[in-house]
Amino acid sequence: MAAPVGKELDRDRLVWMYHQMLRIREFEERVKRTFVEHPGVMRGHTHLADGAEASIVGSMATLGPDDQFFATYRCHGYPIARGTDVNAMMAEIYGRKDGLCKGIGGSMHLTDVSNGFLGTSGIVAAGIPHAAGAAWAAQIRKKGQVVLCFFGDGASKQGVFAETLNIASLWKLPIVFVMENNGYNVHTRTDQEDANRANGEDLSVKARAYSMPGVTIDGRDPVEVYETVGAAVARARAGDGPTLVESQMYRLSAHGNIIAPPGVPLHFPEHEAVEKFGNPEEYEAALKGDPVPAFRGRLVADGTLTAEEADALIAAVRDEMQAAVTFGLESPFPEVESALAYTYA
Amino acid sequence: MSHELPFIAAINEAIMLEMERDETVLYFGQNMATTENEPYVDAFGRDRVRVTPISETAEIGMGIGAALAGFRPVVELYMAEFMLVAMDQVVNEGNRFRAMTGGQVKVPLVLKAGYGFTAGWAGQHTGTINALFMGVPGLKVVVPSTAADAKGLMATAIRDDNPVVYLHNYLLTLEHGEVPDGEYLVPFGEAAIRRDGGDVTIVGTGWTVDGALGAAELLAAEGIEAEVIDPRTLNPLDMPTILESVAKTGRLVLVDQATRHASAATVIAGEVAEHGFSSLRAPIVQVTALDATVPYSQPLEAWVMPSDEKVAAAVRQVVGTAAATA
Repeated sequence: MAAPVGKELDRDRLVWMYHQMLRIREFEERVKRTFVEHPGVMRGHTHLADGAEASIVGSMATLGPDDQFFATYRCHGYPIARGTDVNAMMAEIYGRKDGLCKGIGGSMHLTDVSNGFLGTSGIVAAGIPHAAGAAWAAQIRKKGQVVLCFFGDGASKQGVFAETLNIASLWKLPIVFVMENNGYNVHTRTDQEDANRANGEDLSVKARAYSMPGVTIDGRDPVEVYETVGAAVARARAGDGPTLVESQMYRLSAHGNIIAPPGVPLHFPEHEAVEKFGNPEEYEAALKGDPVPAFRGRLVADGTLTAEEADALIAAVRDEMQAAVTFGLESPFPEVESALAYTYA
Repeated sequence: MSHELPFIAAINEAIMLEMERDETVLYFGQNMATTENEPYVDAFGRDRVRVTPISETAEIGMGIGAALAGFRPVVELYMAEFMLVAMDQVVNEGNRFRAMTGGQVKVPLVLKAGYGFTAGWAGQHTGTINALFMGVPGLKVVVPSTAADAKGLMATAIRDDNPVVYLHNYLLTLEHGEVPDGEYLVPFGEAAIRRDGGDVTIVGTGWTVDGALGAAELLAAEGIEAEVIDPRTLNPLDMPTILESVAKTGRLVLVDQATRHASAATVIAGEVAEHGFSSLRAPIVQVTALDATVPYSQPLEAWVMPSDEKVAAAVRQVVGTAAATA
């Protein structure tokens, strides 16, 4: 399951990328279906990354084994691409004893330190300085580690985004800021809250304020993401400092499941473009750009994969994620006293 | 062996010793380490000692990240109020990570901040916001009142595997005291009995320990013997020592520089009311700051703050005597 050794975009790596995109998509489809198929198992708020798979996998494929990363509450995809046990992930999302975080973190707080996934914050932008702190640690250790810092477009409106990019550039920290711009902050469109966007500019222009490179890419193309983030990682590893990458994509699910009081069945509503803005055309167009089938089409067209091989990967991923659902459902709840076990070290 | 040091130098001695002892200890913040001949820079170099921009949220957040990645950062915040601009990082990030990850990580972080500078610093630099932190799961809260404790509690804070809010009272900055030489650790959760007495228990923290001791001297002249307790850490809070004292004296006066409902005193009063009610021979009395933004003008500032005389008056109330010199 680990990423192929080496950095060249050979067949193994391309197929690995497609496989990881499928795994992320299927895992999250199963999370989404759990709301309907197993009512009551899912609690609170859950955020899906469908539409972001190419960006996640293209970014994660650039990391070496000792590199580290931080993410947000929309955090299912990164550890899947990194090789984290999906059974433990599903059990965590179901609040069970065998969960990755022992049922205490839940969907929004997946963490897998053994694979370099050091943390997630459910507060928008709050994880950005955490990643920079880990990058400072990497700079002190001088072992060539790089930290990837994932956050959304909305986070760039928080003060700590500005604070942290300033320090990261000033200190030449080995970090790459990957801003996943999915077009919406909950149900506020980017052009409604971002001065750059409202004036027709890409959000990566923000990098200029901190004297670091800023680049905007099509985050639906895993190869473009891999090459861009890879170059930024190499730059960071060489000691030349951070880069801001704006990875543009479209979130194919609503921001999260509905927020409802106990007793009301939780589910995912329609996407905000449909639900709030009455613009189903926008959403339909985005579906046509879905990066997962698009990448399959490309790999089959250029002969990297046959259609049969691609279908076999899909079938294997379905089995894998069905097993994760079964594992999660069969895992017992933790002992209630474990609620107190990890308050202090 | 010991030596005499001002409170602030005792804190620095602990940080220096811990940085010498453990190369993972980092020290950073605003307006420090700006020249090469500053002692910390000279001793430990630019990797571990850095000046930051005025960016508290990033500073504390980066401290959390460096701690997650295996270091022991000490963030120099200067004033407790400066944490208010970064409150999410203080009470809703680093303190939650160990729990949210099911014990995968630890966050050994010290947030060093001065508080209670009621010496003409007016409305926004005088606050005693200690109680904001004391009930937050995952945080520890340290409030030294002597130079020796300032050293020993800082060393313990740096070695602790959890985020610690280290609050030193600015009014004590130049107070001198005997400080043990070399390695010196004061355990968390162990109150100090600063004065023995059988008639009343007075609990103070930080600067108000001095107020409690001053009041105890006034009262001794009237034949009232006060026991003065300094919890030293608000979280963990040594309730057994306080309850044991109240069991002996039957009376409790709490002194706090914070306003009443935002004070540690109120929390302690609640614990004693619940767990020590049968010992009490008089209602608990709290001597706190009055509910006002701390005024700049000196007589007004003094009027809203607790004082030796206010504490003594509260004690006379609970023991049922009139002031000797009324």
